Amino acid sequence: MATRGFTGRRQGEDKADRLPPGQYLTDDFPVLSLGPTPRIDLAHWRFDLWHGPRPLKSWTWDEFQTLPRSKWQGDIHCVTKWSKFDTRWEGVSFDDLLAAAGLEAPTGFLLALSYDGYDTNVPVADLTGGKAMVATAYDGQPITPDHGGPARLLVPHLYFWKSAKWVKGLRFIEKDTGGFWELRGYHMYGDPWREQRFEGD
Amino acid sequence: MLAARAQPVKLIWREVPILAVETVTPRVKSFRLQVGWERFRAGQYVDVRLTAEDGYQAQRSYSIASSPETPGAVEIMVERLDDGEVSSFFHEVAQAGDLIEMRGPIGHPFTWGAEDGGPLLLVGGGSGVVPLLSMLRHRATAPEVPAHLVYSARSLDEVIARDELLDRAAREPGFGLTLALTREAASVPGTRSGRIDRALIEEALAQLPAPPAHVFVCGSNRFVGAASDLLLDADVPADRIRTERFGG
Repeated sequence: MATRGFTGRRQGEDKADRLPPGQYLTDDFPVLSLGPTPRIDLAHWRFDLWHGPRPLKSWTWDEFQTLPRSKWQGDIHCVTKWSKFDTRWEGVSFDDLLAAAGLEAPTGFLLALSYDGYDTNVPVADLTGGKAMVATAYDGQPITPDHGGPARLLVPHLYFWKSAKWVKGLRFIEKDTGGFWELRGYHMYGDPWREQRFEGD
Repeated sequence: MLAARAQPVKLIWREVPILAVETVTPRVKSFRLQVGWERFRAGQYVDVRLTAEDGYQAQRSYSIASSPETPGAVEIMVERLDDGEVSSFFHEVAQAGDLIEMRGPIGHPFTWGAEDGGPLLLVGGGSGVVPLLSMLRHRATAPEVPAHLVYSARSLDEVIARDELLDRAAREPGFGLTLALTREAASVPGTRSGRIDRALIEEALAQLPAPPAHVFVCGSNRFVGAASDLLLDADVPADRIRTERFGG
């Protein structure tokens, strides 16, 4: 039923087509986080791949810089309802990470792990084929700490809570298991175009 | 993980009536909404969805200001934004008796219950005080929990629930209030002029009988970033600080 007296302010058609249901466009870059921005020293930064408890590969910051770089430009959508268009990111694609580790994905699911203790689950199929990267630059500059720097996961076709900030590794798991928000009522998959904000959506 | 289950398994949109509308400050109005659920935790929020005649919809999230001790209804506060698509509806159109779609309660772990204990340090900037107000109102049921609110606002006129906060600070043992006014000279006892800084945070910490067990910081992105840095610099452990930021 219509809300009495609400007319709304629509975007032009070109933009409206790019906005998933329930989202609004912002030019800002809002920040969503649970706690203070962690203070991460690059000298001690590591990026690790795990299969369950078993370590598969570990990179230092300097080693990570030698990996092949990829760029991505496009729209991002936060579950708190803002969307931002034409964002530009650069980092190491998930495909290139696996190739550099000399690995095939050992399972169909993983948890992205962060320095602040956060984690989030993503199916491997949503990361391969150039769909995701570990980003270290935003808009041509190193990612600032409040936006997840030095490195964050970027899975732009899912709600942005899946793009874990301050990422420190990926843990392959046998069964799809919820991470921090998913265990607190957020949707297991999080497709903005199907408006999968919360469990049951 | 049952303890983490602070919201329903499935969140359902319901049309609910606005019970009352009140002007809180020149830029903020309060709306009391009837809700179908009885329980929530202080600090949680609701989602609101407005629908135009042609089916166009807009959604926003609003923190709950009321205490969980008032079942059947929640109070939200809406700050008028200069080009706010939804906030202008609330400020110019919405009246008691109108129906709007809402679902909730949503949010964890930015929540506090009396059973979590204290001391409690709350740090709010502007309308970021709203979920902290819910916590303070709830704390009145657990007066043994020491609490301090640091609240930064532009001027005394823009302090949300000003009379209530000053009254609680005067009347409730164990609760202290520091108001920091960024665009006005301090004129009332307990107020300061200027932004929050290291000295102010340390004074607030010193007002508590022991280091805070729970710290909640809410406000704009910039405010929360600055306040969190000050708290970390004052040796508050990061894992005791929970943040909520709005903007965009």
